[in-house]
Amino acid sequence: MTPPMVQCRSLRKSFGRLEVLRGIDLTIERGRVVCVVGPSGSGKSTLLRCLNHLEEPQAGRVYVDGELIGYEERGGRLRPLPDARLRRQRESIGMVFQRFHLFPHRTALENVMEGLVAVKGVPAAAARRRAADLLERVGLADRAHHYPAQLSGGQQQRVAIARSLAMSPKLMLFDEPTSALDPELVGEVLEVMKDLAASGMTMIVVTHEMGFAREVGDHLVFMDEGLIVEQGPPREVLAAPRHDRTRAFLSKVL
Amino acid sequence: MDATATGPASAGPAAPEANRISHPLRPGRWLAAGVTALVLAWLAWTIAINPNLHWDIVVKYQFDRVILEGLWVTVQLTVASMAIGVVLGVVVALMQVSDSRVLRAGAMAYVWFFRGTPLLVQLIFWFNIALIFPEVGLGVPFGGPKLMTWETNTLVTGFVAALLGLSINEGAYMSEIVRAGLRAVDPGQQEAAAALGMSRMKIMRRVVLPQAMRIIVPPTGNQFISMLKTTSLVSVIAGADLLTVAQRLYLTNFEVIALLIVASLWYLVLTTVASIGQYYLERRFSRGFGATAPGTLRGRITRNLRFTGSAG
Repeated sequence: MTPPMVQCRSLRKSFGRLEVLRGIDLTIERGRVVCVVGPSGSGKSTLLRCLNHLEEPQAGRVYVDGELIGYEERGGRLRPLPDARLRRQRESIGMVFQRFHLFPHRTALENVMEGLVAVKGVPAAAARRRAADLLERVGLADRAHHYPAQLSGGQQQRVAIARSLAMSPKLMLFDEPTSALDPELVGEVLEVMKDLAASGMTMIVVTHEMGFAREVGDHLVFMDEGLIVEQGPPREVLAAPRHDRTRAFLSKVL
Repeated sequence: MDATATGPASAGPAAPEANRISHPLRPGRWLAAGVTALVLAWLAWTIAINPNLHWDIVVKYQFDRVILEGLWVTVQLTVASMAIGVVLGVVVALMQVSDSRVLRAGAMAYVWFFRGTPLLVQLIFWFNIALIFPEVGLGVPFGGPKLMTWETNTLVTGFVAALLGLSINEGAYMSEIVRAGLRAVDPGQQEAAAALGMSRMKIMRRVVLPQAMRIIVPPTGNQFISMLKTTSLVSVIAGADLLTVAQRLYLTNFEVIALLIVASLWYLVLTTVASIGQYYLERRFSRGFGATAPGTLRGRITRNLRFTGSAG
């Protein structure tokens, strides 16, 4: 039996005395598109960042594809994984950031090549071919030699998605991928994400785009104050929220 | 006020003349330019005709073999101590941003000491280091057995003392420059690289340092130019540099001013060449930051030299 793609068990994270995650349990099956919504400060982004260990949780466990992330069990205790093994885990988990974080000193093509060359050790020529294919897939073949500063926000985010896809991840994390974009540029990024979802990629998307959640999402998770308040099929949760806090939040954003 | 009636649009296509922009004459600026030109001309004239400057001696010694040897020592000292200084600076800056408190404290102590004492004093110290440590050895520290020993005085020549003093001092300043560059790089860059699975070393080398270079290169160019001139301090420890040899010459022929002019002209040549090199380095490292890239070198020079009333 294949394990679920993501499993969180009573995950906890605090920054100083501020508890940001207060016990998250979540299971995500393969090929699903899960949208995480909730008010700011509810812990959505922190949850996402715990999944690839950019944040170190204080307690609880994260399994991706059956593998414990960031730790290993030795002598009945959890110990931090050696750096090299943590890096292997991160390789297979793509992440797209709100503010793109493209490498500004490299062209669009070089950004997409970077992981292949620097992490996977792919020869430059092969990496270039694969990067060009990916840029074509996100509709930016003609922008390959532009630097990030010469691209619009929407174009930058599509390059960032291509950069993650270059690593052939089994899971893609999106941290508010359209929140930093001008309204007219949101559509092009959502379109790329929709194609990706259709190709069967497992995706976790922290978002404020309820339309995307309803249309593309298989599952909706509503978080508030570090807890999952409610989850279920997006249409059901959005149309008939069972919890007061969900109702209050949705009445503000819909 | 009714903007639609009085706005510029109403004057529109009927009177194109009214849209032409004419700059007013600026008599004050012309006057200032005239005075500046006069002062410069007068200065050049007094220097050219002054009999105390012995221009014939300047010409005679400008390419003298002894002077050229001193010049070569100055270039070697500058390049070598800058190179060592930059390496030291990067290492110490990485220590400063490290998670280890011991490394941070070590780096702080280094910067504190070498930035806090005069370079001239440090140079004299290195020159006299044999008074503190008469011999240098290789072996087990804290009084253990020694494999090899050398006499400090044969090891630390004037050149070596100069190199030690200049480069270790430079490292302290460079570390501050490098640290500022590292801190200027968006932390999101490291996260994006880490999410791709890059190691800390690779993140530093491929992502952070290349971006920090844009911040680091211009002040490093300044340090290099400054170092070209600072090397003249080693004349106090018989460093055999450009100034040392010029001094040696004028102590025998008493042509003090002429030989100082010879040395100064060479320093000017060196700093000019270095400035041009700095320009190309800056352009190389501002790739991807189009808006802040400097224009062409010729454009930059002519912009400063252009003499027109409306230049601004």
